Amino acid sequence: MTRIAAGILAAVLALAAYAQAPKFKIERGEACVAPTGEMRRDHMEFLLHQRDRTLREGVRTTRFSLKSCVDCHASRETGSVLGKEGFCSSCHAYAAVKLDCFECHTPMRQAKATP
Amino acid sequence: MNPERRQLLGWGAAAAAGVALAPGLRLVELALARSPEEAASALKRWGLLIDIAKCADCDACVTACHDENGVTAHGRPATDPQWIRKVSLRDRHTGFAQTLPLMCQHCEHPPCVDVCPTGASFKRADGIVLVDKHTCIGCRYCVMACPFGARSFVHEPVSGQKPDVPRGKGTVESCTLCVHRVDRGETPACVEACNRDGGKAMSFGDLNDAASEIHRRLKHEASREIRADLALNTGVRYQGL
Repeated sequence: MTRIAAGILAAVLALAAYAQAPKFKIERGEACVAPTGEMRRDHMEFLLHQRDRTLREGVRTTRFSLKSCVDCHASRETGSVLGKEGFCSSCHAYAAVKLDCFECHTPMRQAKATP
Repeated sequence: MNPERRQLLGWGAAAAAGVALAPGLRLVELALARSPEEAASALKRWGLLIDIAKCADCDACVTACHDENGVTAHGRPATDPQWIRKVSLRDRHTGFAQTLPLMCQHCEHPPCVDVCPTGASFKRADGIVLVDKHTCIGCRYCVMACPFGARSFVHEPVSGQKPDVPRGKGTVESCTLCVHRVDRGETPACVEACNRDGGKAMSFGDLNDAASEIHRRLKHEASREIRADLALNTGVRYQGL
């Protein structure tokens, strides 16, 4: 009896977790600039180091640039990485982590790079 | 150094320059082109030379700058950000009137960098003075320290920023010498607009590069720094002032 109850409880919890899990589309490209696990874990580190290299030293490589992130991952419908199902905002809302980048940076894909 | 030795060095330099240059390739292009992986070099010093005699009574530079950098006004001149402005001068006795564009002078010894408590205000290796808005706390010491009034505080929320020019409320900003364009090998938007629509008064280049137009003109023609008394060695020089 307890086993069945535990099984039902686990199923309900799994369903609830699935319902709440962030929904987003990758939008573009076969592969990201690093393996998915690494990107999930370390994207903030990549962006932090790239930002200092770009702004302070003038190194403008595109691999970890925020502009490149937005160009691939912005939604086809809204053109943005923010919004309810936006690539950045959906996960950040789920994880309750404040997203500061777009206070200053534009969340919109550059107009010319649509395909 | 004796004259013979100097002569010999001169010939050596001339020979080196001749070897380095292929036909049809000028040092200007070599100086402007930099690969994205390469950091800004301290061998360069970017600067502007503005000939006020040619400065027409227009604001092509101001419009181009604010378009390029997405600087929008709210119709409130007291608090609207301003990266470049036209200043009118008038001799009180003779009535002689002049107009000139004024922006960040990209000093070699910038007072804004001296006073910044967080290190957000900094000078890049190639002489461009910038604000790192990631570390700017909006204290506005730099705004007070700048003798040219070149810096603005962003008082109101910003939207619709340009991808190359992030801007946000609560930080200080000023002319970046269009650093994103310079890194691509282009000239600043104001210079491009002045040479297209204005009086062709502005030129841009590497002050350290002996082969550049701006270096040659600064060497052979009279020019002035604004507030030269402060000995800041500005990167923006004026003629006809």
